[in-house]
Amino acid sequence: MTYITKPVARHPKMRHNALGLTPRDYEGTMSTLCAGCGHDSVTAALIQALFELDVEPYRVAKLSGIGCSSKTPAYFVKEAHGFNSVHGRMPSIAAGSNAANRDLVYIGISGDGDSLSIGLGQLSHAIRRNINMLYVLENNGVYGLTKGQFSASADVGSVSKRGEINRQGPIDPVSLALALGASFVARSFSGDKKQLVPILKAGIAHTGFAFVDVISPCVTFNDHKGSTKSYAHTRTHAYEVVETDFVPLRREITADYGHGDVRAVTMHDGSVVRLRKVAEDYDAANRGAALEHIADVRKRGEVPTGLLYLEETGQDMHGFENTIEKPLVDLRYEDLCPGREALDELQKEWW
Amino acid sequence: MEPSNTRDPRYYHRVVDCQWACPAHTDVPQYIRLIAEGRYTDAYMLNRVSNVFPGILGRTCDRPCEPACRRTRVDGKPVAICRLKRVTADLRESVRHRLPEIPAEKNGKRIALIGGGPASLTVANDLMPLGYECVLYEALDKLGGLMLTNIPAFRLPVRVLQEEIGFITDMGVDVRLNTRVNSLKALVEGEDGFDAVFVGVGAPRGKNLELPGRYDSDRIHIGIEWLESISFQHIDSVGERVLVIGVGNTAMDCCRAAKRLGGQDVKVMARRGRRDFKASEWELEDAEDEKVEVLEYHSPKEFVVEEGVLKGMKFDIVEWYEDDKGKQRARPVEEVFIPCDDVVLAIGQDNAFPWIERDMGIEFNDWDMPVVDRGTMQCSLPGVFFGGDAAWGPENIIWAVEHGHQAAISIHNHCQGIPLAERPAFGMNLISQKMGIHEWSYSNEYNPASRTPMRYVDLEERLRSIGTEAELGFSVEETAREVQRCLNCDIQTDFAANLCIECDACIDVCPLQCLTITENGDESDLRQRLTAPAENLAQLLFVSEDLPQTHRVMVKDEDLCVHCGLCAERCPTAAWDMKKSDLLIPYAGHEKWPTIATV
Ligand SMILES: Cc1cc2nc3c(=O)[nH]c(=O)nc-3n(C[C@H](O)[C@H](O)[C@H](O)COP(=O)(O)OP(=O)(O)OC[C@H]3O[C@@H](n4cnc5c(N)ncnc54)[C@H](O)[C@@H]3O)c2cc1C
Ligand SMILES: Cc1ncc(C[n+]2csc(CCOP(=O)(O)OP(=O)(O)O)c2C)c(N)n1
Ligand code: SF4
Ligand code: SF4
Ligand code: SF4
Ligand SMILES: [Mg+2]
Repeated sequence: MTYITKPVARHPKMRHNALGLTPRDYEGTMSTLCAGCGHDSVTAALIQALFELDVEPYRVAKLSGIGCSSKTPAYFVKEAHGFNSVHGRMPSIAAGSNAANRDLVYIGISGDGDSLSIGLGQLSHAIRRNINMLYVLENNGVYGLTKGQFSASADVGSVSKRGEINRQGPIDPVSLALALGASFVARSFSGDKKQLVPILKAGIAHTGFAFVDVISPCVTFNDHKGSTKSYAHTRTHAYEVVETDFVPLRREITADYGHGDVRAVTMHDGSVVRLRKVAEDYDAANRGAALEHIADVRKRGEVPTGLLYLEETGQDMHGFENTIEKPLVDLRYEDLCPGREALDELQKEWW
Repeated sequence: MEPSNTRDPRYYHRVVDCQWACPAHTDVPQYIRLIAEGRYTDAYMLNRVSNVFPGILGRTCDRPCEPACRRTRVDGKPVAICRLKRVTADLRESVRHRLPEIPAEKNGKRIALIGGGPASLTVANDLMPLGYECVLYEALDKLGGLMLTNIPAFRLPVRVLQEEIGFITDMGVDVRLNTRVNSLKALVEGEDGFDAVFVGVGAPRGKNLELPGRYDSDRIHIGIEWLESISFQHIDSVGERVLVIGVGNTAMDCCRAAKRLGGQDVKVMARRGRRDFKASEWELEDAEDEKVEVLEYHSPKEFVVEEGVLKGMKFDIVEWYEDDKGKQRARPVEEVFIPCDDVVLAIGQDNAFPWIERDMGIEFNDWDMPVVDRGTMQCSLPGVFFGGDAAWGPENIIWAVEHGHQAAISIHNHCQGIPLAERPAFGMNLISQKMGIHEWSYSNEYNPASRTPMRYVDLEERLRSIGTEAELGFSVEETAREVQRCLNCDIQTDFAANLCIECDACIDVCPLQCLTITENGDESDLRQRLTAPAENLAQLLFVSEDLPQTHRVMVKDEDLCVHCGLCAERCPTAAWDMKKSDLLIPYAGHEKWPTIATV
């Protein structure tokens, strides 16, 4: 752990965003994770994404469960709201807070243990509800915080630091999310910010549940030879199926792709996500085909990455429930609690 | 780019901006750390090795290190390096027993040193411990050169000067005061039999200003002569209204001296605008604090003397413009008369060598200056060396010291029959500072404190006597605060490419955006592709060997690194480590470094 506070000194030519803030204004406290943990790089990518999207720090709500990954909300946007819930329960907290205030930018951080073991039921229902949030699963194949037991995402044949071989088949978070009907499904790698940052930005801009599985190596317990979630293994086996480019609302679209392989998706806020398929027959708009393609790539022992599926037209939880536009905090007390008579009136419906 | 060779002592030397800028390569960060530990005497001795006169220089140095200091680029103001040096002299204990031992048995070589300023004294300092016999000739009745005669006592107390000169003369230098050398030929060919001669006579002639009326009054003084007369107490008063012509450091001393000798209305007259003043910013500040008025764009025209009495001076107020060739030129717009009682001319110094015979084999150039080799300090006559202001015109004390060190190396080679070009090399020790997982043997925390201002004797009190030192120096508390501003630039981020797993942790944590992993390219291209563009071309880019996983390279822009060690703390494989680079500086008599450790 690092004991000193991060120097307040800044690069004099540091970039400022539309709010006049620098990336350093989106930092949190000093990380207490192991040096070199992939999770810290995901944190850095989030800082960059939020900075570049000009998100006001006070409009961010950070939510998490338990695990090394779930500790990371402390390490970005210190001026944001935050809730560190019990193990696997972050989706419930997200559903509740999002129901109460739809104006915030919800960022849930979870791990493969938190999401695929104890919290699998919660994750499933968050997807089903299409809660408007960015859900980042920092996937290292182990329970890092409890010292490296295999998690439900560990591949068959993957070797633990102590030499045991994993024999149970993995749950592939991306296939799971696709199968459950998620509206935004992506995978990336903590060691590839060029890919990760635009995906995170698109996920934040997406209205609905944006699921991002990030391979994020555990340097301490799962970065050795024989691991399939190490830096070296991920670098040699990652296969980018779709390239993602995020074009914010205010910027003119200048990139010239020059061929028909690009699909531009306009998000609700007017920004544009451009998807360029690398794999020939891949279609990020076709759920069934995507699932099939991913299964094929996985069979070859490769790790498909990129923004794998995107559908920007569905309804989110507020749409299904037909809830009020305004956050509850902004309602007048009389409207929020209209009194006994109004309650009696309401209850008559079920008499 | 080719991978950087950090094992060449020059690489890390350049990262230590202050030490790189110091002509004598003073190990600034290390002496500041010693001060922080309260080891004032050790800090003094470390200074003395390279700059010989820490007490004098801690008050008067031109401080090329400070504008270079990385802290300036990080928070606007350099570390008060110079005044911390003074602290080592103020707070130290006796150092007599730690001065080099002088062999009782001499090596049989005799060296003549002409002039008793810092250049000659440094040569003696370096050669006496090697067994040389040094004979020093000084025209005046005291040693010190301009440090004594021209730097006023309110900036440099005589006791400080005398003590540090004493450290050298007490090594057994044969000092011959009141002995002006009037013929170099006689000295070289005389029966004294010298093996080498060092000329450290300075640039003794103050520039004159030939304008109408110049010789009609005895109240028009040449600055450096006037200051010398004050120093020797031949002058102890001045008129109420004084005009100082020129705006360099000599002018600053003249106007401040005038303020102390009874000058009420003291004006410094400059031809140029403030931006082009030669005086150091701090000297100008001190003068203006003492209510000296500085007038820009006044070009001297005439001394007005009526019936033998100086009445004042006429000036042209000028306007500067650029001519066709891009040269700055002045055109007069108005004439003004400014009354005064005394004028002091402080417009520069010239060299003069009437006592060096031109038929001796010493080549002089078109400006009547001896032709001296920049590396060896030798002139065209083997065995005759020049240094200090005598070599290439007026400089400053720290350059005089460095010339002295280099001349001593040359004289030693000359006397031992070693070619002058075979100079002892710089060395480097590089030692990891790791104490625990995240513990370092240096204080890596960044302290945001702003520069500690110097305190002065109250103005009225200060002007009462020319002998009252104006600056009070730093207290122990102020010192403790200021030392924390040093960024430890000698604790290097040392990189081992073979260990890096490209996890990005160092890049993410670096508070100054110094680091990037990227594809290699040529320098100008790389400089644009970094986490933050590297626009300060004076600063190095570190480029690693190819990284094992992706064959990209690690690039570090050295410009703004605050040496906080966070990259090394967050690196899982210790690919980055914090290592202290200790520059081993060669002096006369050191042929090789005893150990070159790289840990
Ligand atoms: C007013 C003024 C203020 C200055 N302030 C500073 C300052 O704050 N900081 C700084 O770093 N520098 C300062 N300088 C510059 C600095 O003093 C000189 O650069 C430095 O002293 C040069 O050292 P030196 O050894 O070459 O010669 P000098 O210091 O000039 O010493 C030469 C000596 O040689 C003697 N000599 C000359 N001819 C003969 C001869 N033929 N025989 C025997 N002896 C002879 C002279 O009497 C003199 O003592 C200042 C200069 C001036 C004029
Ligand atoms: C209810 C409950 N059960 C078990 C634990 C023990 N526990 C803490 S973290 C963790 C697994 C975390 O794994 P993951 O989500 O992958 O996070 P990582 O540390 O790998 O980032 C477990 C089982 C707990 N804290 N609470
Ligand atoms: S144990 Fe693993 S997951 Fe946890 S902080 Fe360390 S490296 Fe990261
Ligand atoms: S020591 Fe490392 S982390 Fe700190 S400023 Fe320098 S490069 Fe950045
Ligand atoms: S922290 Fe260490 S291993 Fe990671 S990228 Fe930096 S140097 Fe390489
Ligand atoms: Mg995990």
